[in-house]
Amino acid sequence: MTKKKTKTTPTQRDGDTSAKDAGKNISVLDRKDFISKLFKTGAGTLATTIVGNGMLKSVSSLYAQSKDNRAVKRKFRYGMVIDTRRCVGCRSCVLACKAENKTPSGVSYTVVFEEILENRPNDKPVFMTKPCFHCEHPPCTDVCPVSATFKRERDGIVVVDYERCIGCRYCMTACPYSARWFDFGENYPAIEQNTPWAQVPSPEYKQFRKRKNKQSPVGNVRKCTFCLHLQDEEGKYNKEEGRWPACAKTCTGKAIHFGDLNDPNSEVTVLLRERQYMRLKEELGTSPNCYYLI
Amino acid sequence: MSLLQEYFNDRNKVVKNLKLIFWTACALSLLIGFYGWFVRIVDGHIKANYGSIVTWGLWVAGYIYFIGLSAGSFLVSSLVYVFNYKKFERIGKLAVFTALVTLLMALLSIWADLGHMGRAWHVIVFPNFKSPMAWMIYLYSLYMLLIAVEIYFLLRYDFATGANNSTFKGKIYKLLSLGSKDSTEESKQRDKKVVKRLATAGIPIAILFHGGVGALFGVVSARPHWHSGLFPILFLLSALVSGGALLTLISSIFQQGWSKNKGVIIELGKMVLALLLLDVLFQVSEFLVAYRGGIPGHTAGFDLVLSGPYAWVFWGWQGLIGTVIPILLLIFPTRKSPLWVALAGLLIAAGIFGLRLNIVIPGLAVEEIHGLTSAIYSHRVDPHYFPSISEWALTMGIVGFGMLLFGLGEYFLPKHEEKT
Repeated sequence: MTKKKTKTTPTQRDGDTSAKDAGKNISVLDRKDFISKLFKTGAGTLATTIVGNGMLKSVSSLYAQSKDNRAVKRKFRYGMVIDTRRCVGCRSCVLACKAENKTPSGVSYTVVFEEILENRPNDKPVFMTKPCFHCEHPPCTDVCPVSATFKRERDGIVVVDYERCIGCRYCMTACPYSARWFDFGENYPAIEQNTPWAQVPSPEYKQFRKRKNKQSPVGNVRKCTFCLHLQDEEGKYNKEEGRWPACAKTCTGKAIHFGDLNDPNSEVTVLLRERQYMRLKEELGTSPNCYYLI
Repeated sequence: MSLLQEYFNDRNKVVKNLKLIFWTACALSLLIGFYGWFVRIVDGHIKANYGSIVTWGLWVAGYIYFIGLSAGSFLVSSLVYVFNYKKFERIGKLAVFTALVTLLMALLSIWADLGHMGRAWHVIVFPNFKSPMAWMIYLYSLYMLLIAVEIYFLLRYDFATGANNSTFKGKIYKLLSLGSKDSTEESKQRDKKVVKRLATAGIPIAILFHGGVGALFGVVSARPHWHSGLFPILFLLSALVSGGALLTLISSIFQQGWSKNKGVIIELGKMVLALLLLDVLFQVSEFLVAYRGGIPGHTAGFDLVLSGPYAWVFWGWQGLIGTVIPILLLIFPTRKSPLWVALAGLLIAAGIFGLRLNIVIPGLAVEEIHGLTSAIYSHRVDPHYFPSISEWALTMGIVGFGMLLFGLGEYFLPKHEEKT
């Protein structure tokens, strides 16, 4: 038997690689717990903890997963800060996203809303661009019957495993922000007529898929990925090198700010410190990672 | 009126005509369904009219409808096999058979709805125990297995005794008996015990899995129209109503029809009436709480139901045809005539389909963020949804498939024997 080299793909669960180490840590911790509990509490509680833990572990992989989550350190918390005062409604973010991810007609990872507000000079509307918010508590991932969509441990980006997704669209009903799109297999004329454009692969998830009938992502649910294919090996973006989410890179009014919300010196964190902001539908407890400056 | 009476008195002629109508309808539905499935297989989802806003359409509504019929008729059958309710004994087997057929119809409907039909098995291989949909799938798989085994033990004795005939039917019985040749009275008693155990285990499973279908919708906090604690219970109730109603219709057609099953049909009619009234009460409660609460996001879905472009589904289909007329039929002296009760059953069963549509579509057709559907121009981003021709055709095909199974079952499966 030859050893197979496993390739890490963007939609591979980060927990997968470090699961073994995490397991070791857990067993050590459990042993410590065991001894401390032995001294602190009676044997009855002890027995229930052991049996309970063991049963949970063997029955539910969820339990193991949640332990892994704690073991794997979150490196980044990528998010966006969108300045509604700077957005001019040019919609170049929508186009840039399409050009970058080669999304077909009917699929648009980001859209621009227009809200006419009364009593504003010249009826100036408010524009608002809306990508996926990559929520801290995404309601879409928990409902997936096959765990095809999940929040990456490393950087909090919510992704879809195109090979695993069965296309039931439950996640689309569960998203309160309509950030998910079903790929019906429709194409723009340039692809339909098989011009050279049809041969250009989509860099999404670094999978470089060419558009083919009935092959994933056709029949899958698709969504914004914060252009994660532009990350380097460590998961970092670089604005100077152009490795930056397409919508933020192209924004003519410089309204879309992107960055790591964990980094106290990043553009986004500074903006959130200095300006007033809001998030959409806070009451649902999703805790979006996209903020709107007002 | 007297002409009609005369017509129904000549039973043989009526039965012959009805059979012709039945098989013609079945063949037509299958033919139309063939087109629907052909389009689905060849073109995928392109010819379907749902989109990224109303992302579940006719096929999902069809799924929850058929699966409700299944759970409902199974629970009716458990009255016979668990609680030993003698009045329904004649249609016990028929009810379990109905549960199996409608379950198969439901699975076909949801299978067609998947983006990748070939990946349905992923649910078993990549389980997510947090997902209500995953739980629902595990539970109905278990349920399907259970009713298949239950049907086998219900009919095994008949198969084993019939297998000796050298006719075509005998050969089929031999196949269906799975090699069992034991036709003693003891084996019959043993089968009865097995059936009772299976049926008992089936009750919690049927309640869990159909409550689970309701929970699948109920847990979605993003859709205020669905997000209600009443939902799992409302699903169960509607399942019992539609299942019972369908059984009144089915038992007036199959197993010697309305003349022999008169008592059962009338008794079922009473049960269905009570359940339907309870169902109406639950629905009224949903509306009252939503409107008195008055949160715009919550009432938006109900507004669509009551006064949206498809309000006729609620007022005409679900309300008048599916609720008011059958309630009157079941209250007035028509309640004593099996044919009128069967008609009421047909109307109720059809009406509940309107109810299912009114659950799925208005819940999704409300813009989640104001202005979303005008932000980009695409027919996939449209709050108005009406099923396409191929969607209707595929669903028709599923109905035809169900009719075919019933027709074959009537021809091949053993009839209920009168005790002498």
